[in-house]
Amino acid sequence: MTVGAVTILLVCQFAGEILVRLFGWPVPGPVMGMGVLFLLLLARGGNLPGMEDTAGGLLRNLSLAFIPAGVGIVTYLGLLTDQWLPVAAAVLPGTILSIGVTGWIWQRLARNRDEAAP
Amino acid sequence: MTASVGQLWVYLQTTPLLWLTVTLIAYQIGNGLFRLSNNNPLCNPVLIAVAGLVVLLRISGTDYKTYFSGAQFVHFLLGPATVALAVPLYAQIRVVRRSLFLLAVSLVSGSALAAASGAGLAALFGGTTPLILSLAPKSVTSPIAMGIADQIGGLPSLTAVLVIVTGITGATFGPWILDRLKVSDPAARGVAMGVASHGIGTARAMQMSPVSGAFAGLAMGLNGVLTAILLPFVVSLFR
Repeated sequence: MTVGAVTILLVCQFAGEILVRLFGWPVPGPVMGMGVLFLLLLARGGNLPGMEDTAGGLLRNLSLAFIPAGVGIVTYLGLLTDQWLPVAAAVLPGTILSIGVTGWIWQRLARNRDEAAP
Repeated sequence: MTASVGQLWVYLQTTPLLWLTVTLIAYQIGNGLFRLSNNNPLCNPVLIAVAGLVVLLRISGTDYKTYFSGAQFVHFLLGPATVALAVPLYAQIRVVRRSLFLLAVSLVSGSALAAASGAGLAALFGGTTPLILSLAPKSVTSPIAMGIADQIGGLPSLTAVLVIVTGITGATFGPWILDRLKVSDPAARGVAMGVASHGIGTARAMQMSPVSGAFAGLAMGLNGVLTAILLPFVVSLFR
């Protein structure tokens, strides 16, 4: 992990935050920042020193960053116990169905595309 | 004279060090158990860490605000990590460019299905209106999801929790349903995980293959934007 690459990541996030506020876009700053870094990589032909290692290190531990928000469940234990059935119904089958159908549609269309243009 | 345990506890309560350290240890334990179980998806590291921390907070009588004042440093990593998703995306740019049409079709259908199934099933099983509206953006990455919930009349902080639960569900059962449906294309698997279970699904997709990870990150970002634009409009039709 290099300080240079971390600086670039934060500058991109910062630029993203400024852009979405300036233009009132319904996108969070970090997602816009992802776009900014993408353009930067395009402009530099992918050549940003230390970026591959730094980004790789962060992304390998991406799930760590979700833990504090997840612990927020303590503030809703009462509500979630009362309404466990609708919550479970929406989250479990809802999410599994969405993943299955989306993946299936993509693979189906990809197969057609590859047959049409081998 | 040595300090009493009580004094030590008072000191620890005032510094972010305690809950920051405990969060990292919980993550290490979650990861360790995940590896120990031979990467069994049911041993999701986030699930284990969150469950352990919730128990600790309850036993020690610590409120969430105190916990978060320490854990916020880990929470902050979400921003730069999201920006970093541009790197695998750039590495896969040729595959992405070839797949623009597929991306458009699966994003629109996946995004609509994730929101509609969430809200619809909650309504079917007697969820209250604020709960249904908090569930609708559950597949979107947390900062966008909270913004949407606020706009359509849900509870943003409840949405944040439901988003994490959805992510864990997707990371746990997503690969299983994709195997069942014989979806083997790494791009298809990535897009499906990213659309329905945002960053936690993306973290899981990264472990499956770099191509899956790149597509999951892209799908997560685009799904967030799409849902932010479409969901408030769809909800307004029901009013």
